[in-house]
Amino acid sequence: MEYFLELVFSGLTRGSIYALIALGYTMVYGIIGLINFAHGEIYMIGAFTALIIATVLNMYGLPLPAILILASVAAIIWSAAYGFTVERLAYRPLRGAPRLSPLISAIGMSIFLQNYVMLAQTPNFLPFPALIPDLPFLNRFTSMVGTTDLAILLVTAIVMILLTLMIKFTRTGKAMRATSQDRTMAFLVGVNVDTVISVTFITGSSLAAIGGVLIASHIGQINFYIGFIAGIKAFTAAVLGGIGSIPGAVLGSFVLGLTESFATGYVSSAYEDVFAFSLLVLILIFRPAGLLGRATIEKV
Amino acid sequence: MDVITLKDCRKALIAALWFMFLTFPLLVIKVNTTENLVIWRWHNLLYVGVAAGSASLLTSIFRGLHDRKREQQRHQEKVIHISLTERFFSNPVVSRPVLAAGALFFLIFPLLFSTYQVNIMTTALMYVVLGLGLNIVVGVAGLLNLGYVAFYAVGAYTYALLNMHFGVGFWVALPLGGIMAALFGILLGFPVLRLRGDYLAIVTLGFGEIILLVLKNWAEFSQGPGGISNISRPGFFGMEMSMATTLNYQYYLTIAMVLLTIFVINRLQNSRIGRALFALREDEIACQAMGIDKTTIKLTAFALGATWAGLAGVLFAAKNAYVNPDSFTFLESAMILCIVVLGGMGSIVGVIIGALILILLPEYLRAFSDYRMLAFGALLVIMMVFRPQGIVANIRRSYHKKDSAP
Amino acid sequence: MTKTAKLFSLIAAVAMVIAAAHPSLAATPIKIGVAGAHSGDLASYGLPTLKGAQLVVKDVNAKGGVKGSPIELVLVDDQCKPEAAANLATKLVSDGVKAVVGHICSGPTKAALPIYRDAKIVAIAPSATTPELTQSGEYKLFFRTIASDDRQARTMVDFILNKLAAKKVAILHDKGDYGLGLANYSKQFIEESKQAEVVLFEGITVGQVDFSAVIQKIKRSNADVVIFGGYHPEASKLVSQMRKKRINTTFVSDDGIKDEAFIKVAGKDAEGVYATGPTDTSQNPITLEYREKFKKLEGTDPGSFFDNGVAATLAIINALEKAKSFDAEDVAAALRSEKVDTPFGEISFDEHGDPVGIGFNMFVVKDGHYHTAE
Repeated sequence: MEYFLELVFSGLTRGSIYALIALGYTMVYGIIGLINFAHGEIYMIGAFTALIIATVLNMYGLPLPAILILASVAAIIWSAAYGFTVERLAYRPLRGAPRLSPLISAIGMSIFLQNYVMLAQTPNFLPFPALIPDLPFLNRFTSMVGTTDLAILLVTAIVMILLTLMIKFTRTGKAMRATSQDRTMAFLVGVNVDTVISVTFITGSSLAAIGGVLIASHIGQINFYIGFIAGIKAFTAAVLGGIGSIPGAVLGSFVLGLTESFATGYVSSAYEDVFAFSLLVLILIFRPAGLLGRATIEKV
Repeated sequence: MDVITLKDCRKALIAALWFMFLTFPLLVIKVNTTENLVIWRWHNLLYVGVAAGSASLLTSIFRGLHDRKREQQRHQEKVIHISLTERFFSNPVVSRPVLAAGALFFLIFPLLFSTYQVNIMTTALMYVVLGLGLNIVVGVAGLLNLGYVAFYAVGAYTYALLNMHFGVGFWVALPLGGIMAALFGILLGFPVLRLRGDYLAIVTLGFGEIILLVLKNWAEFSQGPGGISNISRPGFFGMEMSMATTLNYQYYLTIAMVLLTIFVINRLQNSRIGRALFALREDEIACQAMGIDKTTIKLTAFALGATWAGLAGVLFAAKNAYVNPDSFTFLESAMILCIVVLGGMGSIVGVIIGALILILLPEYLRAFSDYRMLAFGALLVIMMVFRPQGIVANIRRSYHKKDSAP
Repeated sequence: MTKTAKLFSLIAAVAMVIAAAHPSLAATPIKIGVAGAHSGDLASYGLPTLKGAQLVVKDVNAKGGVKGSPIELVLVDDQCKPEAAANLATKLVSDGVKAVVGHICSGPTKAALPIYRDAKIVAIAPSATTPELTQSGEYKLFFRTIASDDRQARTMVDFILNKLAAKKVAILHDKGDYGLGLANYSKQFIEESKQAEVVLFEGITVGQVDFSAVIQKIKRSNADVVIFGGYHPEASKLVSQMRKKRINTTFVSDDGIKDEAFIKVAGKDAEGVYATGPTDTSQNPITLEYREKFKKLEGTDPGSFFDNGVAATLAIINALEKAKSFDAEDVAAALRSEKVDTPFGEISFDEHGDPVGIGFNMFVVKDGHYHTAE
């Protein structure tokens, strides 16, 4: 039973990270129908920015909580800036272009950003400082849930609630929902579609940055390539839940995280990805629009 | 009208400042947490500022000139806009000698260049086959496939395994590789029949990953990550060949393969199946309403595309005499997709040009080794922004009645 | 003087200056290929060898080269991809190299060796460890300055059974050629010894965001010792996450983690980790000399396989010097018969091409450094 619970927790930790990245995919897809392949790279840039700022601040001898907060804020700011810029440079000029062109542009952007970080910093793995303090009073549970796992679960939960509130109740949130339902119609009723798209990219990138900081302090090292696998997995999670649907992305992420965890725990970690992708295929056979996706009715 | 207005300058200044801000942490500060070193590289900030500012100015000038040209055109008579490529192909007086020269160049290529050049050209030509195969699925039928490399792997491993266990030769394995890949194409086709657009993309991606993982993990079957070495190279009536001859032979073999692919696909596009595929891409519902069986046609598309990947896979295994799972990663699928889209979806000439550029360019850019992939990524973005339809836009075949003037 | 005459005298003068500055122009240089990952995600394994070869060649050329001819290096970057390696091997062949230092990874080496064999070129790899490369006997012209996987696994398993007295062993690997090879040999040796039991055998996914599920599995298996086959990034993730979950199982790994980078990344979690590696020769004058030169040039300590790269280059240059001719057969014979001083001490090669004279030991991390384990 304890083993089962341990696996549940490790699945939830993984799921939380996937969720933070998957939300960026699903929001962008919901609004402009683009698979933003460069999104994993934004997550990587978030982690790198946090690492750089934290190292510099550490040299000036700031206390750990201050470093944690400032580094996370910096990660969010710069990831958002990169997300915004990527959209302006690589996707905005391509609205109305053939459907696959923005996808290639996104793949190009992803390759570019990876190599940019590699050349600007280093191809080697860098140790990431333990920004999240190890809390001694948790020792009793820590074999089951580490401090960083708890922090990841907690932060993800808070971020999800905030995001839901934003989308449900703010003006921007409403504009986002309107744009995702029908871009032309939203434009006609006075929604500034360009701004909404920018805001979507900024929000998604900020979430990815939070994910980047959390996972980097959890595994303790980063390099320029970490965005790739995380990005593919998060994208899978978003599709599993029904791409375009925000609760879907979260649900999909947890389903994926738990599946991988149980596959590792009860079968073999060598085949965890096989289980993850087979589950995806199975779910899509029975629910072609994902778990919570709306099946669109085609009108002729 | 000035070439550069004050507004452009302001825009350039903003762009410069923005990029200086954007690249500040990553380009200026270099941390080495293993050595606890922080290096400040303020000069980079200056470079970024200058580069971003001038890039912005150049785009403004370019756009200004473009707009003015369009303005002038509007005042003149309405000119029917025909693209350069279209004019090129519709005029046999120009196109035939050029095509003939191209064919001659490829024919005598091994006589002109070193074995290394021949070798990478062979690789590039293999990607032409792969690109044309994927073009059937993505360009013609409009089904986005992100796991195309799985079929390539099936072909390569079919030959590698048959050769290892039973000593099967290249010529027997070639059709078998194609057939195996086609079977896998149908296998993948069945579950994804109901899926559309990006759901299809992710399932094909997952399929590619599954094949890769099985090849990596199931060592009893595939020899695992160690791969299979000493695969026989293609024979020519049992002749003993030196290395240079073998490479040249492989080159001509690949050329033959490319020609066969072009021939088949060209015929296919004008066939009943080809037109059904086009119809599927344009409008699935209308296509069904016309009495086309959607299931069969989708499966055909997958199987046809996969066949070429399988054939290319056999060629690949024979050329390298060694296969391991590392050659069949997602990046490879992405590369083939880039070939198709960059070249121009649905266009045969476009795909050929795309493959040659995308495969040869990184090889010749090796001189700049470090910046090679950076430049490659940037090129993909720039290309898409300025020419989203690809290098050679596909020309829709139009049918005219004999008596009406075209 | 007429204009033409002026021009001619100018050209002549320039040519003389160039000729004086480069006395080497007189003799045709001997080309040696250096092949490996010089860019991409595995560049950190290939670049040290490249730099090592460059440093050695600089010294040799300063002393007048080999048999009076200078050495010229031809650098090719295979990014550890087999298909690139096959293409680049033909490039090296058509460039007319006399020998190749490389490749770095085993997969590309397997892809390139048939081409070198057919073209009759000697290849000497600093870090390709797959046993079949030498033991299959197919590549008579192939040598390496690193011990093969089975020898490494043997050292590791003997140590675990005799010194650590382990009864239950968990084996993990990174599903790569190198890691899986080691894991398989370790498993085989442990099972043959009948002194211990393999309680877990798992492959992990490189680059995965989190390893907690597999760590819970290690915990449940009650293993005394974890063997990991793979490289240091994954090893440090595993160790750190194990220690975070208060699992103090002894962690034993391979040459791929015997790198200061592992200790720097894993920090205090690295303490007590065991790794196999070539016998400590850090006090050897050649080792010190080249490490010092590297540090002067790059400002950092050289990374993995630097010593192996230096040794490979020294060995091949020595063989070219001593061989009767530059024919591959003669060079290979010289590699087998002539002893050469390298960072690992005096070495030569056996009939398969494996090094003789490179000892293999276990190391343990203590106070932030590797020390020979007793």
